[in-house]
Amino acid sequence: MSDQDAPRGPRRDTPLPPKQDIPLGTPLQPKKKGLTRSQKRTLSQGAQYAVFVAAVIAFAVSADWARLKNQFAQVDIAEQMFPDVITMALKNTVLYTLSGFAVGLVLGMVMALMRLSSVGPYRWFAGVYIEIFRGLPALLIFIFIGVAVPLAFPGTQIPGGTYGKVALALGLVAAAYMAETIRAGIQAVPRGQLEAARSLGFSPARAMISIIIPQAFRIILPPLTNELVLLFKDSSLVLFLGVTLEERELSKYGRDLASTTANSTPILVAGLCYLLVTIPLGFVVRRMEAKAQEAVK
Amino acid sequence: MSEKSLGALARAEIEVRGLHKSFGDNEVLRGIDLEIGQGEVVCVIGPSGSGKSTLLRCVNLLEEPSKGQVFVGGTELTDPDVDIDAVRRRIGMVFQQFNLFPHLTVTENLTLPQRRVLRRDKARAARVAAENLERVGLSEKAAAYPSSLSGGQQQRVAIARALAMGPEVMLFDEPTSALDPELVGDVLAVMRRLANEGMTMMVVTHEMTFAREVADRVVFMDGGVIVEDGTPAQVIGSPRHERTRHFLSRLLDPAMAEVEEGTPDQVGKAEQPGD
Repeated sequence: MSDQDAPRGPRRDTPLPPKQDIPLGTPLQPKKKGLTRSQKRTLSQGAQYAVFVAAVIAFAVSADWARLKNQFAQVDIAEQMFPDVITMALKNTVLYTLSGFAVGLVLGMVMALMRLSSVGPYRWFAGVYIEIFRGLPALLIFIFIGVAVPLAFPGTQIPGGTYGKVALALGLVAAAYMAETIRAGIQAVPRGQLEAARSLGFSPARAMISIIIPQAFRIILPPLTNELVLLFKDSSLVLFLGVTLEERELSKYGRDLASTTANSTPILVAGLCYLLVTIPLGFVVRRMEAKAQEAVK
Repeated sequence: MSEKSLGALARAEIEVRGLHKSFGDNEVLRGIDLEIGQGEVVCVIGPSGSGKSTLLRCVNLLEEPSKGQVFVGGTELTDPDVDIDAVRRRIGMVFQQFNLFPHLTVTENLTLPQRRVLRRDKARAARVAAENLERVGLSEKAAAYPSSLSGGQQQRVAIARALAMGPEVMLFDEPTSALDPELVGDVLAVMRRLANEGMTMMVVTHEMTFAREVADRVVFMDGGVIVEDGTPAQVIGSPRHERTRHFLSRLLDPAMAEVEEGTPDQVGKAEQPGD
């Protein structure tokens, strides 16, 4: 952006020096080759198409189609996955994601408000939390919840069994990201809104709940939905907690079936099930972003 | 007018004593004393950066005074033990930028504060909202969202929202400065009616015609102090101070002022947005 702005120079009140008149038809630079700009563009585009087509052909020729079909597209194995892949695996994935999202949202809201607090220790605590949980791989947190916590606190049970553990682990990860998003949303609400609320007699807490947070959520709906998509994929880490057969989600289910059948078709089917959810969600996010853009205008 | 002055003596609705306000090293208010009687309409005028908006915002403690006292309806706002939320319910405030709640309809803008702050029940809040929307002539916009209204309509809704809380005092912070010229009239008409109904009003404004016709008193501020305080005829009609004359002549005819004063750099300085 700044590169484009630079040549225009700062605005002045004094008139700009007169433009140097360049006679029409004078070339700005001596021509190096005989190609015009549009010819060059055509050539460059043609080259890109050529590379692309060549790559596709190379793949199509070199791939062992019979083998790929055998590995990934065994119709009878795929058929055998239904309806479990939907009624159990996809259902569990959705459940894990939503519970993790709910925990993350509540915890993230608390962290965001602590980050904005006038009490120093609250701000520091939230800051440290956010930095730690944004910096750690989600996988480590799952292992920590699944292994370290039971070992460190023998006898303690995270309520809700596997579902509780997943909600907690996913929630801890999500909260760190959501806290920053929510904080940004709250700060994006114009200052006049708080002043108007306070002048009407709202207490700071009530103004936050009734006036500021509802507006902040409109602003952050697209990034929050994006976070939901990320969590949806992260829910595959559940397999590190050790789950029963009925608690398996898409990735674990697909992998288990792939090893029993010695075939990759279940992986492909599981992958398609993820896309079944993430692509429409992504579409919704883009729609919301476009709408938000319009609202700004 | 004379009865009003007597009323003012009997009970000051707004009283400001020895008020100072600094932002860092910048002292914006340098000792303000002001009394506004019940039912009195006071317009505060002055160049940008004179501290008039800051003074108004100190009257409901949106700005915390650095020194001095503010009383509204006999309650000291500057007392650290005062329940500021309770006092603010009695003070309506109208902002330059309207500050309607964009996520709520016009009616909800009026009912939500009544319900959350005054704990009025749904039916009563709705009734009061309807009454006050009618008062500002916008009953037909009850279900609309603020973004679909013109600036003038939004400002009238903002006035109705403040009135729905049943305030004893109304503060206006340059209520028409953000409006297109053709929309100013409707807002001023609402304010004029309010003044005639006997509302105590403190209005920071650049609308000299409004000040002349509606105000009981005009206060001219410059450099963080009150330079002149009197009836509109005194302050606007025949100002005693050079600074007031200079401000008024520049306001009435900016081009003329520059020629008369012959100090273009000083004029330019005063025109810079100060607050």
